Amino acid sequence: MIRLKVNGVERSFNGDPGMPLLWYLRDILGLTGTKYGCGMALCGACTVHRDGKAIRACVTRMGALAGSNITTIEHLSAAGLHPVQKAWMEHNVPQCGYCQSGQIMQAVALLNTTPHPNDQQIEEAMSGNICRCGTYNRIRAAIKAAAGERA
Amino acid sequence: MSDILNLSRRGFLKGMVTTGALVLSVRFLPSGLLAEPAPYAGTHADHSTLHSGVYVGIDTDGTVYIVAHRSEMGTGIRTSLPMVLADELDADWKRVKIEQAIGDARYGSQETDGSQSIREFYDAMREAGATARLMLTRAAARQWNVPESECRADLHTIVHASPIRRLSYGELTMAAAKLPVPDKKELQFKPPSAWRYVGKGMVSYDLSQLVTGQAVYGMDAHMDNMVYASVEHPPVLGGTIKSYDDKAALQIPGVRQTIPIDTFKPPHEYQALGGVAVIADNTWAAFQGRKKLNITWNNGPHAVFNSDDFKKEMQATARKPGKAVRNEGDVDAGFAKGGKVLEADYYVPLLAHASMEPPVAVADFRDGKLTAWAPTQDPQATQDAVSKALGIAKENVICHVTLLGGAFGRKSMPDYIVEASLLSKKVGRPVKVVWTREDDIKFDYFHAVAAMYMKAAVDDKGMPTAWLQRSVFTPIPSTFDASATYGGDDEMGMGFTDIPFDIPNLRVENGPAVAHVRIGWLRSVANVYHAFAVQSFMDELAHNAGRDPVEYLLALLGRQRVLDLKATKYPNYNADYQKFPIDTARLRKVVEVVAEKSGWRKRRLAKGRGLGIAVHRSFVTYVASVVEVEVTPQGEVHIPRVDTALDAGLVVNPEITRAQFQGANVFATSLALMGEITAKNGAIEQSNFNDYPVARINEAPRENNIYIVESAAPPAGVGEPGVPPFAPALCNAIFAATGKRIRELPLSKASLKA
Repeated sequence: MIRLKVNGVERSFNGDPGMPLLWYLRDILGLTGTKYGCGMALCGACTVHRDGKAIRACVTRMGALAGSNITTIEHLSAAGLHPVQKAWMEHNVPQCGYCQSGQIMQAVALLNTTPHPNDQQIEEAMSGNICRCGTYNRIRAAIKAAAGERA
Repeated sequence: MSDILNLSRRGFLKGMVTTGALVLSVRFLPSGLLAEPAPYAGTHADHSTLHSGVYVGIDTDGTVYIVAHRSEMGTGIRTSLPMVLADELDADWKRVKIEQAIGDARYGSQETDGSQSIREFYDAMREAGATARLMLTRAAARQWNVPESECRADLHTIVHASPIRRLSYGELTMAAAKLPVPDKKELQFKPPSAWRYVGKGMVSYDLSQLVTGQAVYGMDAHMDNMVYASVEHPPVLGGTIKSYDDKAALQIPGVRQTIPIDTFKPPHEYQALGGVAVIADNTWAAFQGRKKLNITWNNGPHAVFNSDDFKKEMQATARKPGKAVRNEGDVDAGFAKGGKVLEADYYVPLLAHASMEPPVAVADFRDGKLTAWAPTQDPQATQDAVSKALGIAKENVICHVTLLGGAFGRKSMPDYIVEASLLSKKVGRPVKVVWTREDDIKFDYFHAVAAMYMKAAVDDKGMPTAWLQRSVFTPIPSTFDASATYGGDDEMGMGFTDIPFDIPNLRVENGPAVAHVRIGWLRSVANVYHAFAVQSFMDELAHNAGRDPVEYLLALLGRQRVLDLKATKYPNYNADYQKFPIDTARLRKVVEVVAEKSGWRKRRLAKGRGLGIAVHRSFVTYVASVVEVEVTPQGEVHIPRVDTALDAGLVVNPEITRAQFQGANVFATSLALMGEITAKNGAIEQSNFNDYPVARINEAPRENNIYIVESAAPPAGVGEPGVPPFAPALCNAIFAATGKRIRELPLSKASLKA
């Protein structure tokens, strides 16, 4: 029995401890905002927060999550939109939008540790998140805007 | 047709008097996971009090329901087409609700590809909006007992000028619904000066859902009692199961059963590939079970496919005479005259779409009907393919369209929905088929591999007097006819037969190639390799002539003219050539604009940097790009900046259009720098983003500037046309920076070390 917290709710998990967090969130809890993209931590579409830090849910086994506090895009901000989500909207970042949950979770984790990232820090933090629609220029601008800087 | 629809609307209206509220309340979908309202009972628009046509309905509370019949894959079409209708209706956008159509021929084509949604349906949306507006205006005029000409629409109301009075759209619906639907000839359209939304644009209707994880993609579709499936496909196209052992797979907790799927009978079209499906309680268990399957395959005839050998064969074919598809003057006589001759061979490999959401579908077969929820670019083609596979009538296939997590052409081919449908029928309950990334990369309908041969004789000023170009590629027609080896007129017409240079002796040829994998449409299709060859060769000729590439390019485009292609089979993207001709003035214009905006003549560049230009018309849109490249002494390629100028006629949604062209430059970065699919003994060698990389934020162009040229022309395409000029502009920039000529993509194979 693995006990963990997901979006503030206590949960217990009895299944295969080898199951990645991604499929627990999506298929068992119905939290589908976190996406499957590669299954190998190559694309970042499944990015969630574990105790405030960005992790790839597709390669994080349930067995390693006892006592963890997981936050997904659905619970990023209890009170309305998070500033990063607002910046995403102001810059019209999403096209298809499929990768954007992961992009936003990654950007929030970056700003939590580095409130005013420069271009290089943004690229280092965000280069694990693929956007096939090619919204990178707007992602960079939105992160700067959320950091309170002019893009 | 309008009359028939109006009658059915009246049928609804009668029912509404007693049960209206009830009908509406059960039709609302919960946000988040999809629930299945079965059986399908039409759109809100159908059930609205005023239902003047298939695309729109207005309720007594003033809510305007607009049907998006094209698929949303990130191009914003779900916003932009309804916006055209809302504008012509003079509706308040805040009171518009957009609903997604199921596959249904009553909407016209729903094939969301070819960058043609706005071009094809701009007029239809305006007519639908104007029709409803006229009915509301008429209803108001009757109520006030004044001439119609004294009434006009004003943001969700009809106003009478004197005495001033107003009725809201909601208040007018009941009366308007009793009127006959007016004839098209009666419609009056708003002048551009009165447009509220067209040309100004709107953000995506789904924007807040997209940033909060609430948007529902195919991957998120859900039906009660659903099971999950993952399919082990034959590694070689057309391969069959010799034997398989599922004992170990069935030991995996959560795995319920395995089901063999028959391999298609050629041509493969949109049929399921075949293989063995693992059915499980969740996606993970299905994936795990699959790994434990022990399958022996018969590989079949396509096991001969090896990319290295195939490339040599294609390049040899490109050097042999082919089938002429365009002929101007006398090319052979032109070459016989002597003078300097330049030749070059270009090559572009197979490419995979790799949309972020892999193919996925939920299907439920019951009572002789199939209901699917899927990310598809073409729900009507889905109906056809599923009805054929299940042996049921097309009307019994109900295809709901979710949001698409990217598509780029892949999701025009609904084989994965057929797969889910076959499995649901066998399992007897709803089945969700989830393709892994590996399935997506290995079993794509690939972008064709192509070899081009270019040859030109030039005069003493370096201008061509004779020009021969030959293209050899695995043709898309092979997907529908197993024996097809030559390209279709449409493929040849994508940047090859329509070469716009002013050359007296010109011949365009196509050579044969046998496809050993499934070939399909990928964003901008054959334009990718044709523009690469033509625009790279242009740059080679410019340098041979010792001229500035922009000057030389303008000289090649020559005098202002509309290309006469009457003697050539040229489909022009299914657009009327009179309305959408190839006009060299528009090509020149985008070249001039991008040269100016990029600072082509003025920009000072550091050592190791260079600028390159390319221009290309595709999907009846004109685009020129200037790329700045930096090549480090170690041979690494960086792209500090790209400038793109476009003439797409009337641009309905400028901000979304800019985003499409920015995205196209990034998509093209991937194929130029790193995209390559190869096969060994018929099986694809790549599998995921580690060996089929795509551009990341640090690899994409740092600055990505888009300029929309004002144009009086009718609206053209914006989803794809940004892609073709990028790769040649980049490679031309690399030549400017290093003196090294790139004739083969991707660049990762080239040695650019100083």
